[in-house]
Amino acid sequence: MTLTEILFYAFSAVLIVAAVGVITARNPVHAALFLVFAFFNSAILWLLMEAEFLAIVLVLVYVGAVMVLFLFVVMMLDINLAQMREGFTRYAPLGIVIAALVVIEIGSVVWVKQLGVDAAPALATGAEGYSNTRDLGELLYTKYLYPFELAAVLLLLAIVAAISLTMRQRRGVKTQDIAAQVSVRAKDRIRLVKMDAEKDA
Amino acid sequence: MSGLPDFAASLLSFLPDWAQAIVWYGVVALILFISVILTMAFLTLAERRVIGSIQARIGPNRVGWNGIGQPFADVLKLLVKEVIVPSSSSKFLFVLAPLLALIPALCTWAVMPLWPGFTVADINAGLLYILALTSAGVYGVILAGWAANSKYAFLGAMRAAAQMVAYEIAMGFALVGVVMAAGSLNLGEIIDAQRGGFFSYFFWWLLPLFVVYFVSGVAETNRAPFDVVEGESEIVAGFHVEYSGMAFAVFFVAEYVNMILISALTAVFFFGGWLSPFEGYPFPSWLAWLAAPHFIWFFLKISFFLFCFLWFRATFPRYRYDQIMRLGWKVFIPVTLVWIFVEGLFWIYKIGPWAVA
Repeated sequence: MTLTEILFYAFSAVLIVAAVGVITARNPVHAALFLVFAFFNSAILWLLMEAEFLAIVLVLVYVGAVMVLFLFVVMMLDINLAQMREGFTRYAPLGIVIAALVVIEIGSVVWVKQLGVDAAPALATGAEGYSNTRDLGELLYTKYLYPFELAAVLLLLAIVAAISLTMRQRRGVKTQDIAAQVSVRAKDRIRLVKMDAEKDA
Repeated sequence: MSGLPDFAASLLSFLPDWAQAIVWYGVVALILFISVILTMAFLTLAERRVIGSIQARIGPNRVGWNGIGQPFADVLKLLVKEVIVPSSSSKFLFVLAPLLALIPALCTWAVMPLWPGFTVADINAGLLYILALTSAGVYGVILAGWAANSKYAFLGAMRAAAQMVAYEIAMGFALVGVVMAAGSLNLGEIIDAQRGGFFSYFFWWLLPLFVVYFVSGVAETNRAPFDVVEGESEIVAGFHVEYSGMAFAVFFVAEYVNMILISALTAVFFFGGWLSPFEGYPFPSWLAWLAAPHFIWFFLKISFFLFCFLWFRATFPRYRYDQIMRLGWKVFIPVTLVWIFVEGLFWIYKIGPWAVA
Protein backbone atom coordinates (compact mmCIF):
# COMPACT_ATOMS: atom_id res chain seq x y z
CA MET A 1 0.00 0.00 0.00
CA THR A 2 1.26 3.43 -0.82
CA LEU A 3 1.16 6.28 1.65
CA THR A 4 -1.76 7.82 -0.26
CA GLU A 5 -3.80 4.64 0.10
CA ILE A 6 -3.12 4.40 3.82
CA LEU A 7 -4.19 8.02 4.23
CA PHE A 8 -7.28 7.40 2.11
CA TYR A 9 -8.44 4.48 4.25
CA ALA A 10 -7.63 6.27 7.49
CA PHE A 11 -9.60 9.39 6.57
CA SER A 12 -12.45 7.37 5.07
CA ALA A 13 -12.76 5.45 8.32
CA VAL A 14 -12.87 8.66 10.31
CA LEU A 15 -15.41 10.08 7.85
CA ILE A 16 -17.70 7.09 8.33
CA VAL A 17 -17.41 7.30 12.12
CA ALA A 18 -18.26 11.01 11.94
CA ALA A 19 -21.21 10.36 9.64
CA VAL A 20 -22.56 7.73 12.03
CA GLY A 21 -22.06 10.23 14.82
CA VAL A 22 -24.28 12.75 13.01
CA ILE A 23 -27.31 10.45 13.22
CA THR A 24 -26.63 8.84 16.59
CA ALA A 25 -25.62 11.86 18.67
CA ARG A 26 -28.33 12.75 21.17
CA ASN A 27 -27.45 16.39 21.42
CA PRO A 28 -28.21 18.32 18.19
CA VAL A 29 -25.15 20.54 18.70
CA HIS A 30 -22.93 17.47 18.88
CA ALA A 31 -24.60 16.14 15.72
CA ALA A 32 -23.87 19.40 13.90
CA LEU A 33 -20.24 19.24 15.04
CA PHE A 34 -19.94 15.67 13.78
CA LEU A 35 -21.22 16.95 10.44
CA VAL A 36 -18.50 19.64 10.42
CA PHE A 37 -15.94 16.93 11.12
CA ALA A 38 -17.35 14.83 8.28
CA PHE A 39 -17.03 17.80 5.90
CA PHE A 40 -13.42 18.24 6.92
CA ASN A 41 -12.63 14.61 6.23
CA SER A 42 -14.31 14.61 2.85
CA ALA A 43 -12.33 17.75 1.99
CA ILE A 44 -9.16 15.83 2.82
CA LEU A 45 -10.28 12.96 0.57
CA TRP A 46 -10.68 15.47 -2.25
CA LEU A 47 -7.22 16.83 -1.51
CA LEU A 48 -5.84 13.31 -1.89
CA MET A 49 -7.44 13.24 -5.35
CA GLU A 50 -5.65 16.52 -6.19
CA ALA A 51 -8.94 18.41 -6.35
CA GLU A 52 -7.61 21.13 -4.07
CA PHE A 53 -10.02 23.80 -5.27
CA LEU A 54 -13.09 21.71 -4.45
CA ALA A 55 -11.58 20.66 -1.12
CA ILE A 56 -10.84 24.21 -0.01
CA VAL A 57 -14.18 25.54 -1.23
CA LEU A 58 -15.97 22.77 0.66
CA VAL A 59 -14.30 23.91 3.86
CA LEU A 60 -14.84 27.58 3.03
CA VAL A 61 -18.54 27.32 2.20
CA TYR A 62 -19.84 24.46 4.28
CA VAL A 63 -17.59 24.54 7.33
CA GLY A 64 -16.97 28.29 7.36
CA ALA A 65 -20.40 29.63 6.55
CA VAL A 66 -23.26 27.12 6.30
CA MET A 67 -22.47 25.14 9.42
CA VAL A 68 -21.75 28.26 11.47
CA LEU A 69 -25.27 29.52 10.73
CA PHE A 70 -26.61 26.04 11.35
CA LEU A 71 -24.95 25.88 14.76
CA PHE A 72 -26.18 29.38 15.42
CA VAL A 73 -29.77 28.21 15.02
CA VAL A 74 -29.38 24.81 16.66
CA MET A 75 -27.76 26.29 19.76
CA MET A 76 -30.66 28.68 20.29
CA LEU A 77 -33.35 26.06 19.84
CA ASP A 78 -34.57 24.30 22.92
CA ILE A 79 -35.29 20.98 21.29
CA ASN A 80 -37.48 18.48 23.09
CA LEU A 81 -35.92 15.15 22.16
CA ALA A 82 -38.82 13.00 23.31
CA GLN A 83 -41.19 14.93 21.06
CA MET A 84 -38.84 14.53 18.13
CA ARG A 85 -38.83 10.77 18.51
CA GLU A 86 -42.60 10.45 18.48
CA GLY A 87 -42.84 10.16 14.71
CA PHE A 88 -40.13 7.54 14.52
CA THR A 89 -42.32 4.47 13.87
CA ARG A 90 -44.60 6.40 11.52
CA TYR A 91 -41.79 7.50 9.25
CA ALA A 92 -39.66 4.36 9.63
CA PRO A 93 -40.95 2.61 6.43
CA LEU A 94 -40.14 5.67 4.30
CA GLY A 95 -36.71 5.89 5.88
CA ILE A 96 -36.01 2.23 5.23
CA VAL A 97 -36.99 2.60 1.56
CA ILE A 98 -34.64 5.57 1.09
CA ALA A 99 -31.82 3.79 2.91
CA ALA A 100 -32.31 0.72 0.71
CA LEU A 101 -32.22 2.90 -2.42
CA VAL A 102 -28.91 4.46 -1.37
CA VAL A 103 -27.43 1.02 -0.57
CA ILE A 104 -28.52 -0.27 -4.00
CA GLU A 105 -27.01 2.73 -5.75
CA ILE A 106 -23.65 2.39 -3.99
CA GLY A 107 -23.74 -1.38 -4.54
CA SER A 108 -24.35 -0.93 -8.25
CA VAL A 109 -21.36 1.39 -8.54
CA VAL A 110 -19.16 -1.22 -6.86
CA TRP A 111 -20.68 -3.91 -9.11
CA VAL A 112 -20.00 -1.91 -12.29
CA LYS A 113 -16.42 -1.34 -11.24
CA GLN A 114 -16.02 -5.05 -10.60
CA LEU A 115 -17.11 -5.83 -14.19
CA GLY A 116 -13.99 -4.09 -15.37
CA VAL A 117 -15.89 -1.40 -17.23
CA ASP A 118 -13.94 1.82 -17.23
CA ALA A 119 -16.80 3.94 -15.92
CA ALA A 120 -14.60 6.06 -13.70
CA PRO A 121 -11.13 6.23 -15.26
CA ALA A 122 -8.14 6.34 -12.96
CA LEU A 123 -7.42 9.77 -11.63
CA ALA A 124 -5.06 11.69 -13.82
CA THR A 125 -2.35 13.20 -11.70
CA GLY A 126 -1.50 16.64 -12.96
CA ALA A 127 1.90 17.59 -14.30
CA GLU A 128 4.14 20.06 -12.49
CA GLY A 129 2.52 23.50 -12.54
CA TYR A 130 -0.93 22.11 -13.26
CA SER A 131 -3.58 24.25 -11.65
CA ASN A 132 -6.85 22.63 -10.74
CA THR A 133 -8.40 26.02 -10.06
CA ARG A 134 -7.51 27.45 -13.49
CA ASP A 135 -8.96 24.42 -15.30
CA LEU A 136 -12.20 24.57 -13.36
CA GLY A 137 -12.50 28.28 -14.01
CA GLU A 138 -11.92 27.87 -17.73
CA LEU A 139 -14.59 25.20 -17.99
CA LEU A 140 -17.10 27.13 -15.90
CA TYR A 141 -16.74 30.34 -17.89
CA THR A 142 -16.63 28.80 -21.36
CA LYS A 143 -18.28 25.43 -21.79
CA TYR A 144 -20.66 25.55 -18.84
CA LEU A 145 -21.33 29.28 -18.84
CA TYR A 146 -25.13 29.03 -19.15
CA PRO A 147 -25.67 26.40 -16.43
CA PHE A 148 -23.32 28.41 -14.23
CA GLU A 149 -25.26 31.64 -14.80
CA LEU A 150 -28.55 29.82 -14.29
CA ALA A 151 -27.35 28.54 -10.92
CA ALA A 152 -26.31 32.06 -10.01
CA VAL A 153 -29.74 33.46 -10.94
CA LEU A 154 -31.38 30.71 -8.91
CA LEU A 155 -29.31 31.65 -5.87
CA LEU A 156 -30.14 35.32 -6.36
CA LEU A 157 -33.80 34.40 -6.47
CA ALA A 158 -33.43 32.52 -3.20
CA ILE A 159 -31.74 35.53 -1.60
CA VAL A 160 -34.47 37.91 -2.75
CA ALA A 161 -37.15 35.48 -1.56
CA ALA A 162 -35.54 35.06 1.85
CA ILE A 163 -35.19 38.79 2.32
CA SER A 164 -38.74 39.54 1.20
CA LEU A 165 -40.05 36.91 3.62
CA THR A 166 -38.33 38.50 6.60
CA MET A 167 -38.66 42.17 5.61
CA ARG A 168 -41.80 43.39 7.24
CA GLN A 169 -42.51 46.59 9.05
CA ARG A 170 -44.12 45.88 12.34
CA ARG A 171 -45.96 48.75 13.92
CA GLY A 172 -45.37 49.82 17.47
CA VAL A 173 -41.74 48.71 17.51
CA LYS A 174 -39.10 51.20 18.47
CA THR A 175 -36.07 50.85 16.25
CA GLN A 176 -33.10 53.06 15.60
CA ASP A 177 -32.48 54.51 12.17
CA ILE A 178 -28.70 54.24 12.09
CA ALA A 179 -28.35 56.13 8.82
CA ALA A 180 -30.11 59.09 10.42
CA GLN A 181 -27.99 58.74 13.55
CA VAL A 182 -24.75 58.66 11.64
CA SER A 183 -25.61 61.60 9.43
CA VAL A 184 -26.36 63.89 12.36
CA ARG A 185 -24.20 67.00 12.51
CA ALA A 186 -23.40 68.97 15.60
CA LYS A 187 -25.40 72.00 14.45
CA ASP A 188 -28.59 69.90 14.31
CA ARG A 189 -28.38 69.19 18.00
CA ILE A 190 -26.79 72.17 19.60
CA ARG A 191 -27.00 75.87 18.96
CA LEU A 192 -24.01 77.90 19.94
CA VAL A 193 -24.97 81.40 20.94
CA LYS A 194 -22.42 84.15 20.86
CA MET A 195 -22.82 86.56 23.71
CA ASP A 196 -20.76 88.75 25.91
CA ALA A 197 -19.32 87.29 29.08
CA GLU A 198 -20.72 90.18 31.08
CA LYS A 199 -23.80 92.29 30.73
CA ASP A 200 -23.64 96.00 31.01
CA ALA A 201 -25.22 97.21 34.18
CA MET B 1 6.20 21.63 -3.16
CA SER B 2 9.34 20.77 -5.08
CA GLY B 3 11.06 18.55 -2.52
CA LEU B 4 13.68 19.44 0.03
CA PRO B 5 16.46 21.98 -0.35
CA ASP B 6 19.84 20.37 -1.05
CA PHE B 7 21.42 20.98 2.34
CA ALA B 8 18.42 19.45 4.11
CA ALA B 9 18.51 16.40 1.84
CA SER B 10 22.21 15.81 2.56
CA LEU B 11 21.70 16.38 6.28
CA LEU B 12 18.86 13.85 6.48
CA SER B 13 20.25 11.35 3.96
CA PHE B 14 20.27 8.53 6.52
CA LEU B 15 16.45 8.51 6.56
CA PRO B 16 14.14 6.96 3.94
CA ASP B 17 12.68 9.40 1.41
CA TRP B 18 9.24 9.80 2.92
CA ALA B 19 10.63 10.28 6.44
CA GLN B 20 13.00 13.00 5.19
CA ALA B 21 10.09 15.14 4.07
CA ILE B 22 8.20 14.61 7.31
CA VAL B 23 11.20 15.46 9.49
CA TRP B 24 12.17 18.51 7.40
CA TYR B 25 8.73 20.03 7.24
CA GLY B 26 8.17 19.18 10.89
CA VAL B 27 11.28 21.15 11.85
CA VAL B 28 10.33 24.06 9.57
CA ALA B 29 6.82 24.14 11.00
CA LEU B 30 8.21 24.11 14.54
CA ILE B 31 10.56 27.02 13.83
CA LEU B 32 7.71 28.97 12.23
CA PHE B 33 5.44 28.15 15.17
CA ILE B 34 7.96 29.37 17.73
CA SER B 35 8.65 32.56 15.76
CA VAL B 36 4.96 33.38 15.50
CA ILE B 37 4.38 32.72 19.19
CA LEU B 38 7.36 34.86 20.18
CA THR B 39 6.16 37.69 17.93
CA MET B 40 2.77 37.40 19.55
CA ALA B 41 4.33 37.51 23.04
CA PHE B 42 6.17 40.73 22.33
CA LEU B 43 3.11 42.13 20.59
CA THR B 44 1.24 41.97 23.91
CA LEU B 45 4.03 44.00 25.49
CA ALA B 46 4.07 46.44 22.57
CA GLU B 47 0.32 46.85 22.88
CA ARG B 48 0.50 47.76 26.54
CA ARG B 49 3.42 50.14 26.05
CA VAL B 50 1.92 51.82 22.96
CA ILE B 51 -1.51 52.27 24.48
CA GLY B 52 0.13 53.42 27.68
CA SER B 53 2.02 56.06 25.78
CA ILE B 54 -1.10 57.17 23.87
CA GLN B 55 -2.95 57.51 27.17
CA ALA B 56 -0.04 59.42 28.76
CA ARG B 57 1.00 56.74 31.23
CA ILE B 58 3.96 54.40 31.38
CA GLY B 59 2.73 50.84 31.00
CA PRO B 60 4.60 47.74 32.21
CA ASN B 61 8.32 48.56 32.58
CA ARG B 62 9.41 46.56 35.64
CA VAL B 63 10.27 43.05 34.40
CA GLY B 64 13.67 43.12 32.76
CA TRP B 65 15.00 46.04 30.72
CA ASN B 66 12.08 48.40 30.02
CA GLY B 67 9.60 45.60 30.70
CA ILE B 68 11.01 43.31 28.01
CA GLY B 69 10.41 40.27 30.23
CA GLN B 70 6.75 41.11 30.88
CA PRO B 71 5.30 38.55 28.39
CA PHE B 72 7.18 35.73 30.12
CA ALA B 73 6.01 36.87 33.53
CA ASP B 74 2.42 36.87 32.19
CA VAL B 75 2.80 33.37 30.78
CA LEU B 76 4.22 32.12 34.08
CA LYS B 77 1.35 33.67 35.99
CA LEU B 78 -1.24 32.05 33.73
CA LEU B 79 0.58 28.71 33.81
CA VAL B 80 0.41 28.35 37.57
CA LYS B 81 -3.25 29.29 37.75
CA GLU B 82 -5.87 26.61 37.98
CA VAL B 83 -7.95 25.81 34.90
CA ILE B 84 -11.51 25.66 36.20
CA VAL B 85 -14.00 23.62 34.20
CA PRO B 86 -17.56 24.63 35.14
CA SER B 87 -19.42 21.64 36.53
CA SER B 88 -22.41 21.93 34.18
CA SER B 89 -20.38 22.56 31.06
CA SER B 90 -19.89 20.26 28.12
CA LYS B 91 -16.40 19.24 29.22
CA PHE B 92 -14.93 17.85 26.03
CA LEU B 93 -16.00 20.83 23.94
CA PHE B 94 -14.97 23.22 26.70
CA VAL B 95 -11.40 21.94 26.48
CA LEU B 96 -11.47 21.59 22.70
CA ALA B 97 -12.71 25.13 21.96
CA PRO B 98 -9.46 27.05 22.69
CA LEU B 99 -7.55 24.64 20.46
CA LEU B 100 -10.06 25.11 17.65
CA ALA B 101 -9.44 28.85 17.89
CA LEU B 102 -5.64 28.53 17.86
CA ILE B 103 -4.97 25.75 15.33
CA PRO B 104 -6.48 27.45 12.22
CA ALA B 105 -4.71 30.70 13.17
CA LEU B 106 -1.34 28.93 13.17
CA CYS B 107 -2.03 26.70 10.14
CA THR B 108 -2.53 29.73 7.90
CA TRP B 109 1.13 30.69 8.28
CA ALA B 110 2.08 27.70 6.14
CA VAL B 111 1.23 29.50 2.89
CA MET B 112 2.64 32.90 3.88
CA PRO B 113 5.50 34.02 1.58
CA LEU B 114 8.02 35.14 4.19
CA TRP B 115 10.93 36.27 2.04
CA PRO B 116 11.79 36.01 -1.66
CA GLY B 117 11.53 32.40 -2.72
CA PHE B 118 10.54 31.01 0.64
CA THR B 119 7.12 29.69 1.55
CA VAL B 120 6.65 26.62 3.74
CA ALA B 121 3.92 25.27 1.44
CA ASP B 122 3.76 27.06 -1.91
CA ILE B 123 0.29 25.97 -3.01
CA ASN B 124 -1.66 27.29 -5.98
CA ALA B 125 -4.85 28.15 -4.14
CA GLY B 126 -3.09 29.80 -1.19
CA LEU B 127 -5.56 32.66 -0.90
CA LEU B 128 -8.54 30.30 -0.77
CA TYR B 129 -6.73 28.19 1.82
CA ILE B 130 -6.33 31.25 4.02
CA LEU B 131 -9.99 32.23 3.60
CA ALA B 132 -11.10 28.69 4.45
CA LEU B 133 -8.98 28.47 7.58
CA THR B 134 -9.80 31.91 8.93
CA SER B 135 -13.48 31.13 8.50
CA ALA B 136 -13.00 27.88 10.43
CA GLY B 137 -11.52 29.87 13.31
CA VAL B 138 -14.96 31.04 14.39
CA TYR B 139 -15.76 27.58 15.77
CA GLY B 140 -13.44 28.08 18.72
CA VAL B 141 -15.41 31.16 19.79
CA ILE B 142 -18.86 29.67 19.20
CA LEU B 143 -18.09 26.41 20.97
CA ALA B 144 -16.43 28.17 23.88
CA GLY B 145 -19.57 30.21 24.39
CA TRP B 146 -21.90 27.27 24.10
CA ALA B 147 -19.88 24.70 26.07
CA ALA B 148 -19.45 26.98 29.08
CA ASN B 149 -23.21 26.87 29.69
CA SER B 150 -23.31 30.49 30.82
CA LYS B 151 -25.60 33.11 29.37
CA TYR B 152 -22.92 35.77 29.07
CA ALA B 153 -20.60 33.41 27.27
CA PHE B 154 -23.46 32.34 25.03
CA LEU B 155 -24.39 35.92 24.15
CA GLY B 156 -20.75 36.53 23.23
CA ALA B 157 -20.73 33.46 21.03
CA MET B 158 -23.89 34.52 19.20
CA ARG B 159 -22.45 37.96 18.57
CA ALA B 160 -19.21 36.43 17.35
CA ALA B 161 -20.97 34.11 14.92
CA ALA B 162 -23.08 36.87 13.37
CA GLN B 163 -20.21 39.35 13.20
CA MET B 164 -17.68 36.98 11.69
CA VAL B 165 -20.06 35.68 9.02
CA ALA B 166 -20.96 39.25 8.06
CA TYR B 167 -17.41 40.52 7.72
CA GLU B 168 -16.09 37.39 6.04
CA ILE B 169 -18.22 38.16 3.00
CA ALA B 170 -16.86 41.69 2.70
CA MET B 171 -13.34 40.33 3.17
CA GLY B 172 -13.88 37.69 0.50
CA PHE B 173 -15.14 40.27 -1.99
CA ALA B 174 -12.20 42.56 -1.25
CA LEU B 175 -9.90 39.65 -2.05
CA VAL B 176 -11.76 39.00 -5.31
CA GLY B 177 -10.49 42.41 -6.37
CA VAL B 178 -6.93 41.44 -5.44
CA VAL B 179 -7.22 38.19 -7.39
CA MET B 180 -8.55 40.08 -10.42
CA ALA B 181 -5.59 42.43 -10.27
CA ALA B 182 -2.95 39.75 -9.73
CA GLY B 183 -4.49 37.02 -11.87
CA SER B 184 -3.47 34.37 -9.37
CA LEU B 185 -4.50 32.77 -6.10
CA ASN B 186 -0.90 32.09 -5.14
CA LEU B 187 0.38 34.58 -2.56
CA GLY B 188 3.89 34.62 -4.03
CA GLU B 189 2.53 35.50 -7.46
CA ILE B 190 0.29 38.19 -5.95
CA ILE B 191 3.44 39.81 -4.52
CA ASP B 192 5.27 39.41 -7.83
CA ALA B 193 2.44 41.20 -9.62
CA GLN B 194 3.17 44.31 -7.51
CA ARG B 195 6.82 44.69 -8.56
CA GLY B 196 8.07 48.14 -9.48
CA GLY B 197 8.27 50.17 -6.30
CA PHE B 198 5.85 51.91 -4.01
CA PHE B 199 3.58 53.25 -6.74
CA SER B 200 2.79 49.88 -8.28
CA TYR B 201 1.37 48.42 -5.07
CA PHE B 202 -2.25 47.37 -5.41
CA PHE B 203 -3.61 49.70 -2.79
CA TRP B 204 -3.42 52.69 -5.12
CA TRP B 205 -5.85 51.02 -7.48
CA LEU B 206 -7.83 49.10 -4.88
CA LEU B 207 -8.01 51.75 -2.17
CA PRO B 208 -11.67 51.08 -1.21
CA LEU B 209 -10.99 47.35 -1.14
CA PHE B 210 -7.93 47.92 1.04
CA VAL B 211 -9.95 49.94 3.54
CA VAL B 212 -12.73 47.34 3.55
CA TYR B 213 -10.25 44.50 3.95
CA PHE B 214 -8.33 46.03 6.81
CA VAL B 215 -11.38 47.19 8.75
CA SER B 216 -13.04 43.81 8.21
CA GLY B 217 -9.81 42.26 9.45
CA VAL B 218 -10.08 44.28 12.65
CA ALA B 219 -13.69 43.10 12.99
CA GLU B 220 -12.76 39.47 12.26
CA THR B 221 -10.17 39.41 15.02
CA ASN B 222 -12.73 40.91 17.43
CA ARG B 223 -10.46 43.80 18.26
CA ALA B 224 -11.61 47.20 19.44
CA PRO B 225 -13.65 49.06 18.22
CA PHE B 226 -15.44 45.87 17.08
CA ASP B 227 -14.97 43.89 20.29
CA VAL B 228 -18.62 43.55 21.25
CA VAL B 229 -17.89 39.82 21.38
CA GLU B 230 -16.03 40.46 24.59
CA GLY B 231 -17.75 43.70 25.51
CA GLU B 232 -16.63 43.99 29.13
CA SER B 233 -19.22 46.57 30.05
CA GLU B 234 -22.16 44.55 28.67
CA ILE B 235 -21.43 40.84 28.87
CA VAL B 236 -18.46 40.71 31.25
CA ALA B 237 -15.90 39.07 28.96
CA GLY B 238 -18.09 37.37 26.38
CA PHE B 239 -17.22 33.93 25.16
CA HIS B 240 -14.21 33.35 27.43
CA VAL B 241 -15.79 34.48 30.68
CA GLU B 242 -15.58 30.96 32.14
CA TYR B 243 -12.00 30.31 31.08
CA SER B 244 -9.03 30.67 33.38
CA GLY B 245 -5.32 30.01 33.37
CA MET B 246 -3.78 28.55 30.23
CA ALA B 247 -7.15 27.85 28.59
CA PHE B 248 -7.76 31.60 28.63
CA ALA B 249 -4.21 32.24 27.46
CA VAL B 250 -4.78 30.07 24.39
CA PHE B 251 -7.69 32.30 23.31
CA PHE B 252 -5.48 35.28 23.90
CA VAL B 253 -2.70 33.78 21.78
CA ALA B 254 -5.19 32.98 18.99
CA GLU B 255 -6.44 36.57 18.95
CA TYR B 256 -2.96 38.04 18.69
CA VAL B 257 -1.78 35.50 16.12
CA ASN B 258 -4.82 36.45 14.04
CA MET B 259 -3.88 40.13 14.37
CA ILE B 260 -0.38 39.41 13.06
CA LEU B 261 -1.91 37.32 10.31
CA ILE B 262 -4.29 40.05 9.15
CA SER B 263 -1.44 42.56 9.17
CA ALA B 264 0.77 40.22 7.16
CA LEU B 265 -2.02 39.50 4.67
CA THR B 266 -2.78 43.20 4.22
CA ALA B 267 0.92 43.72 3.52
CA VAL B 268 0.93 40.88 0.98
CA PHE B 269 -2.29 41.75 -0.81
CA PHE B 270 -2.07 45.53 -0.97
CA PHE B 271 1.49 46.56 -0.08
CA GLY B 272 3.72 44.14 -1.95
CA GLY B 273 4.77 41.82 0.91
CA TRP B 274 8.55 41.51 0.96
CA LEU B 275 9.09 43.87 -1.98
CA SER B 276 11.08 47.01 -1.32
CA PRO B 277 9.11 50.27 -1.66
CA PHE B 278 12.22 51.80 -3.28
CA GLU B 279 12.49 49.22 -6.02
CA GLY B 280 13.90 50.64 -9.25
CA TYR B 281 15.32 53.78 -7.61
CA PRO B 282 18.85 54.64 -8.76
CA PHE B 283 20.70 54.09 -5.46
CA PRO B 284 24.50 54.18 -5.25
CA SER B 285 25.94 50.69 -5.00
CA TRP B 286 26.50 50.79 -1.22
CA LEU B 287 22.77 51.53 -0.80
CA ALA B 288 21.59 49.02 -3.41
CA TRP B 289 20.20 46.76 -0.68
CA LEU B 290 17.50 49.35 -0.14
CA ALA B 291 15.95 48.45 -3.49
CA ALA B 292 16.23 44.68 -3.07
CA PRO B 293 13.30 42.62 -1.79
CA HIS B 294 13.97 41.37 1.71
CA PHE B 295 12.26 39.99 4.79
CA ILE B 296 12.91 43.28 6.58
CA TRP B 297 10.41 45.11 4.34
CA PHE B 298 7.76 42.53 5.12
CA PHE B 299 8.55 42.89 8.81
CA LEU B 300 8.28 46.69 8.68
CA LYS B 301 4.94 46.55 6.85
CA ILE B 302 3.53 44.04 9.33
CA SER B 303 4.72 46.21 12.21
CA PHE B 304 3.01 49.26 10.74
CA PHE B 305 -0.37 47.49 10.45
CA LEU B 306 0.00 46.01 13.92
CA PHE B 307 0.60 49.51 15.20
CA CYS B 308 -2.62 50.56 13.47
CA PHE B 309 -4.47 47.81 15.36
CA LEU B 310 -3.20 49.20 18.66
CA TRP B 311 -3.84 52.77 17.55
CA PHE B 312 -7.49 51.97 16.67
CA ARG B 313 -7.97 50.38 20.05
CA ALA B 314 -6.73 53.44 21.86
CA THR B 315 -8.66 55.88 19.67
CA PHE B 316 -12.18 54.65 18.91
CA PRO B 317 -15.04 53.95 21.30
CA ARG B 318 -16.75 50.59 20.88
CA TYR B 319 -19.36 50.27 18.14
CA ARG B 320 -22.91 49.43 19.05
CA TYR B 321 -23.92 45.98 17.87
CA ASP B 322 -26.52 47.08 15.28
CA GLN B 323 -24.02 49.60 13.90
CA ILE B 324 -21.53 46.81 13.34
CA MET B 325 -24.09 44.76 11.44
CA ARG B 326 -25.07 47.77 9.32
CA LEU B 327 -21.45 48.58 8.49
CA GLY B 328 -20.74 45.01 7.44
CA TRP B 329 -23.83 44.26 5.38
CA LYS B 330 -25.02 47.62 4.10
CA VAL B 331 -21.81 49.56 3.64
CA PHE B 332 -18.84 47.28 3.04
CA ILE B 333 -20.45 44.69 0.79
CA PRO B 334 -21.95 47.29 -1.63
CA VAL B 335 -18.64 49.18 -1.67
CA THR B 336 -16.72 46.04 -2.64
CA LEU B 337 -19.27 45.10 -5.30
CA VAL B 338 -19.10 48.54 -6.89
CA TRP B 339 -15.33 48.56 -6.86
CA ILE B 340 -15.10 45.10 -8.41
CA PHE B 341 -17.28 46.47 -11.22
CA VAL B 342 -15.03 49.53 -11.54
CA GLU B 343 -12.03 47.26 -11.65
CA GLY B 344 -13.67 45.32 -14.47
CA LEU B 345 -13.98 48.60 -16.38
CA PHE B 346 -10.28 49.33 -15.70
CA TRP B 347 -9.50 45.95 -17.13
CA ILE B 348 -11.60 46.39 -20.25
CA TYR B 349 -10.21 49.83 -21.03
CA LYS B 350 -6.65 48.81 -20.12
CA ILE B 351 -6.26 51.32 -17.33
CA GLY B 352 -3.85 50.47 -14.56
CA PRO B 353 -0.55 48.67 -14.48
CA TRP B 354 -1.87 45.10 -14.55
CA ALA B 355 -4.08 45.52 -17.61
CA VAL B 356 -1.21 44.85 -20.03
CA ALA B 357 -1.46 41.14 -19.35
